[in-house]
Amino acid sequence: MIPELGYGATIVALVLALGGAGAAAAGGRVGRVALIEAAQRAAVGVFVLVSFCFALLTYAFLAFDFSVRYVANNTNLGTPFYYRITGVWGALEGSIILWSWMLALYTLVIVLRHRRNAREFYPWVLAVMLGVLAFFLVVMTFAAPPFERQTPPPADGRGLNPLLEDTGMITHPVALYLGFTGLTVPFAFALAALVAARVGDTWITLTRRWTIVAWYFLSLGLLIGGWWSYHVLGWGGYWAWDPVENAAFMPWLAATAFLHSVMIQERRRMLKLWNISLIIMAFTLTLFGTFLTRSGVIASVHAFTQGTIGILFLSFLALVLLVALGLVALRWDALRAQGELDSVVSRESVFLLNNVMLVAAAFTVFFGTVFPLLSEAVRGVKVSVGAPFFNQVNIPLFLSLIFLMGVGPLIAWRRASVESLRRNFLWPIACGVLAAAVGFVMGVRPALAVLTVATTAFVAATIVVDFTRATRARRRAGESLLPAMGGLLLRHNRRYGGFVVHLGVLVIAVGVTGSQAWSVQTETTLRRGEHAELAGYRVRFDGLSASEESNHAKVTGTFTVSNGRVLGVLRPAKKFYPQQQSPIAAVDYRLGLTEDVYLVLGDFARDGTEATIKLQVNRLVSWIWLGGVVITLGTLLAILPERKRPA
Amino acid sequence: MNRRTKFLAGGVVILGALAYMIYAGVTQSAVYFVTPAELQAAPVVGKAYRLGGLVAPGSMSWEPRALDLRFSLTDGKATVPVRHKGTAPDLFGEGRGAIVEGSWTPEGYFKATLIMAKHSEEYAAPTGDAQPGYRELIRTLKDRQ
Repeated sequence: MIPELGYGATIVALVLALGGAGAAAAGGRVGRVALIEAAQRAAVGVFVLVSFCFALLTYAFLAFDFSVRYVANNTNLGTPFYYRITGVWGALEGSIILWSWMLALYTLVIVLRHRRNAREFYPWVLAVMLGVLAFFLVVMTFAAPPFERQTPPPADGRGLNPLLEDTGMITHPVALYLGFTGLTVPFAFALAALVAARVGDTWITLTRRWTIVAWYFLSLGLLIGGWWSYHVLGWGGYWAWDPVENAAFMPWLAATAFLHSVMIQERRRMLKLWNISLIIMAFTLTLFGTFLTRSGVIASVHAFTQGTIGILFLSFLALVLLVALGLVALRWDALRAQGELDSVVSRESVFLLNNVMLVAAAFTVFFGTVFPLLSEAVRGVKVSVGAPFFNQVNIPLFLSLIFLMGVGPLIAWRRASVESLRRNFLWPIACGVLAAAVGFVMGVRPALAVLTVATTAFVAATIVVDFTRATRARRRAGESLLPAMGGLLLRHNRRYGGFVVHLGVLVIAVGVTGSQAWSVQTETTLRRGEHAELAGYRVRFDGLSASEESNHAKVTGTFTVSNGRVLGVLRPAKKFYPQQQSPIAAVDYRLGLTEDVYLVLGDFARDGTEATIKLQVNRLVSWIWLGGVVITLGTLLAILPERKRPA
Repeated sequence: MNRRTKFLAGGVVILGALAYMIYAGVTQSAVYFVTPAELQAAPVVGKAYRLGGLVAPGSMSWEPRALDLRFSLTDGKATVPVRHKGTAPDLFGEGRGAIVEGSWTPEGYFKATLIMAKHSEEYAAPTGDAQPGYRELIRTLKDRQ
């Protein structure tokens, strides 16, 4: 029953989405309200139907309905309750449902929020949203049907991939997809602005919060992905420049550039063409990423299900680019900027430089990711470039970006005088130099790490300088300290929200630098009672034990960690899933603010007397997750409703 | 120098630097994909390779005290001996696909610095007792407690 219901709902939703998109476009063209209202009802209908599909599939997972092939492939009777829910989006078909559902949800929110305040864009925004939604429903109908029937239904399913049995897997795809789908909204507004020939800054003001929210979820998705990689995969890293990671990172870079460049358009009426191009780029990169990861054209360690879906995404990508670039060509004259850059030393040009760097980073990531394809096409040999390439090219770019992060918010618009530069940057530069010197004396190496320390200290100092100066101004106006600070944050929430996000980025930069420069590891085989030593820690192997869990068996090692005194016991394990050919490791760790002790059980003797371990002491990794928390706070501050200044 | 020239000059400098960094990055970190047959046909000592193939059944040996892992990768046409210092990653095993990164040594084996076994969202249905012996193993370990 469930396969038929789900399949039927999908098809009706597809028809409604197509019809709605058509009605909205026609309504926008001839200006008939009835057509637009019909499209609106279609959008609501699609949301209800896709929600129904999503609920239905979830029900099938909870009820172990193995007549649905997708359920049988991704769960079994032993799968715990929570992972039956997350199993819904554990593989391709369910991911597409989740993606469609979020798109439908965003479309609904657009109907609710922008029905009245964006009249000239609204029909076209609706048309684009429903059009994109229709594409995903096509994928759901033809290429990756989640409701395919399995006859006869098997007695038990195959079970969820054990690596996905983790809380990170609940939140990582959700956050990432919220980010991806969120980018569709500013993209739809950009297209609407082109169609309606209103390429001024209205569409940008309307989508400001949308862009921040999408950017935030993308960032969160990437960070949670890193956390998952760190604490599940057992290689002690959080980022590997794998094509799948790059696929999500490229839209993030484009979205970050967009987030900054729209401020220039709002303020100075410049960069119209650039902003439209950036959001087109960000959106198409999400499609490209999906194509890349789902088509199998690039070898990746994450082997996703492959099939016709890659070609579908590529075709849709081509269509989107064709339409978008055609519209850009049509409105070319209107898009030519009116404002001009006044001086090389100004906030505008610093923002522009920031954009150039971000796009350059996106380009290098793109280039490195598709390099095997390029080299095969051009020279006939398959050559790939790995992490060293990405690090080598991107580290200078990111360091410059962090530096600009300190300059941009403080430097004057139009033209910065020497006097204002001195006033704004003398102290921060002094702080940067001082931090570098102190770091160097305290033994910070290599040079790149010293440079990062100097840059982050400089940027942090600019934020402090700005905030104290503004607080002091308010105190002169008679406010006491705390209300002055609070009022500043709330009244200029957008500016200071941005500063807090920047602080979060600094914290992450410190974490990345520390973990890359100062982490150490060793691998060794221990007999019971023997110990390994690393960076002042001593890890003693106490023994092995075995246990049966609901859907797997587990061999757990017990290790005592000490550094002079006993710190605790770590229990890394190997999990044996009956449906898996070989066991998978479960890491154990002791997280700390400055260092993590990270232990992997690599192998063990069958009689339990010997264990091979991989022991790492990873420095400052926690700062990366802390940075995520700071970014969350900053984003919340930035999207607070703006307050009117008292008259 | 007027504004336009300044911006143009700046742009050229940035593009030039970027192009150089990409060029240098590619030449220094290029890794060549080869199959066992291709590698055996013309191995170059010291060149960075990424070798993909099937772990030949019966070829795996593991010496835990020395952390010495040996196996062979095959593509049906040729078989290349591989050595690696350290444990194999999860999902690595005989009869399954693996990609190793490393270089060819004058001693006539492939020295792997990195072993990658494919992660997969979905995997093959269990065929009978997929891990013969693991229950046995669990029982032995339990008895010792």
